[in-house]
Amino acid sequence: MIAPENVKLAAPQFVTTPPVLTMRNMAKVYGDVVAVDNVDVTAYRGEVLGIVGESGSGKSTLLRMMNLEEQPDHGNYKLDIKKDIDNLFELDRFAQRQIQSRHIGIVYQNPHQGLLMKHSSSGNVAERLLIAGERSFAVLREKASDALASSEFPLTRMDAPPIELSGGMQQRVQLAKAIALEPELLLLDEPTTGLDVSVQALVLDTLKRLQQQRKITMVIVSHDLGVIRTMADRVMVMKSGKVVEQGLVDQVFQDPQHPYTQQLVHAKL
Amino acid sequence: MTQSVLEIRGLEKSFRMHHLDNQLHAFSGIDLELSQGEFVLLKGANGVGKSTMLRTIYRTYLPVAGEVIFHSARGRIDLARAADIDVALLRAEEIGFVTQFLVARPRVAAEEIVAEPLILSGKSRQEAIEKARHWLNVFGVKEKLWRAYPTTFSGGEQQKVNLARALILPRRLLLLDEPTASLDVGARSALVNRLGELKAEGVAMIGVFHHPGDVQELIDRTIDLSVETKPRDMEPLNVAV
Repeated sequence: MIAPENVKLAAPQFVTTPPVLTMRNMAKVYGDVVAVDNVDVTAYRGEVLGIVGESGSGKSTLLRMMNLEEQPDHGNYKLDIKKDIDNLFELDRFAQRQIQSRHIGIVYQNPHQGLLMKHSSSGNVAERLLIAGERSFAVLREKASDALASSEFPLTRMDAPPIELSGGMQQRVQLAKAIALEPELLLLDEPTTGLDVSVQALVLDTLKRLQQQRKITMVIVSHDLGVIRTMADRVMVMKSGKVVEQGLVDQVFQDPQHPYTQQLVHAKL
Repeated sequence: MTQSVLEIRGLEKSFRMHHLDNQLHAFSGIDLELSQGEFVLLKGANGVGKSTMLRTIYRTYLPVAGEVIFHSARGRIDLARAADIDVALLRAEEIGFVTQFLVARPRVAAEEIVAEPLILSGKSRQEAIEKARHWLNVFGVKEKLWRAYPTTFSGGEQQKVNLARALILPRRLLLLDEPTASLDVGARSALVNRLGELKAEGVAMIGVFHHPGDVQELIDRTIDLSVETKPRDMEPLNVAV
């Protein structure tokens, strides 16, 4: 009898556009710890790719590499928007920052990581636009308020600093900042962990709506299987730095093949 | 001549249960052909693998062996081995799965859930919402519930929302997993009417029905899985992982 994990799926036949994101053989070691162990990732236009795994599985390190925040020990990273560049990790830091700020958006679990907490919320969003060269105050304010409105942030509070806002509102400011320049790739690192359940649902709904409207490619990292099930089209399961299984989200959750994925799925409350 | 939509050959499914060191055999050696506008009923006792077969065709379950050749508008493809991204594309455009269970996102209104497939297919939001309201009405969901969150609805109401969403967009292939279970008479007859319309438009369907009498007039062929497959059995798992 053939075992499913020994059956290789075909290469894409109908989806012929090149992937938005392609990573090959990504590896990162911290001291004795192998954080990411020869991982390949492919993400297509308009899809939501979920990455699940326990703490320390390497999923956040991988996401930081996608955001060009972390240099791997080796590996190849290509974004379709920069077709002429074979490996983004071979660029100097300045060129990487340019790509990071213009083409990649990120929402961190901890808003302190992504926002200046004592500056106004609109200012936090406008900072992104300034990096892209926008200088007119009126345009900055208009675009910042558009991004905040798309993130369903109440504009009456756009001049309040994030420190005065609730956790859910802070995540909306991060999201507005992330989408202000209409990135091709939106990265979400545990975007709703730590929020209470009702706020979590609202933030996820906003994310889904935005993703569908703008056809953004999204990569979402979470240890919460419910979040991944709600949001993702495809999912990668990571353990000890390796991808142990990947597939369509319903298939991985309902017919998991790897022993670790079976354990993970069966342990869900 | 009617065009073939699906050709299944030698389809086999078993589930590996690593914690029991076993695999559960579901079915093997399934052959089936389905043409445009054809309606095939799967029957057989509980546990014979009817729903499992629908899910294996849809690729919620990974087939162990066999071919599921789907004649898509884009060309011919084996769903048993197609890349995940191709399957995701076909699910958005051509293959629908209708169950009795609603997968609702929290805090999303019933009409939004129903309209979503139309919006994703490129229709304007206004047009999609209008159509969604039409189908919610046809399936008997009261108007005051259209803007409410279905997570709070009764089982029957949730199912009506689910049906409206699943059937709002004509597909090339529809897989129906007991869609009439727990529906009241009005909704059941609305469903049968809608399935009849879709069949007339050329949609091919494979269905499992607890009360096949509900859809008697639509059935072209019946396949008895108790005859086609050997009984479910546990086998030792001796494949290295």
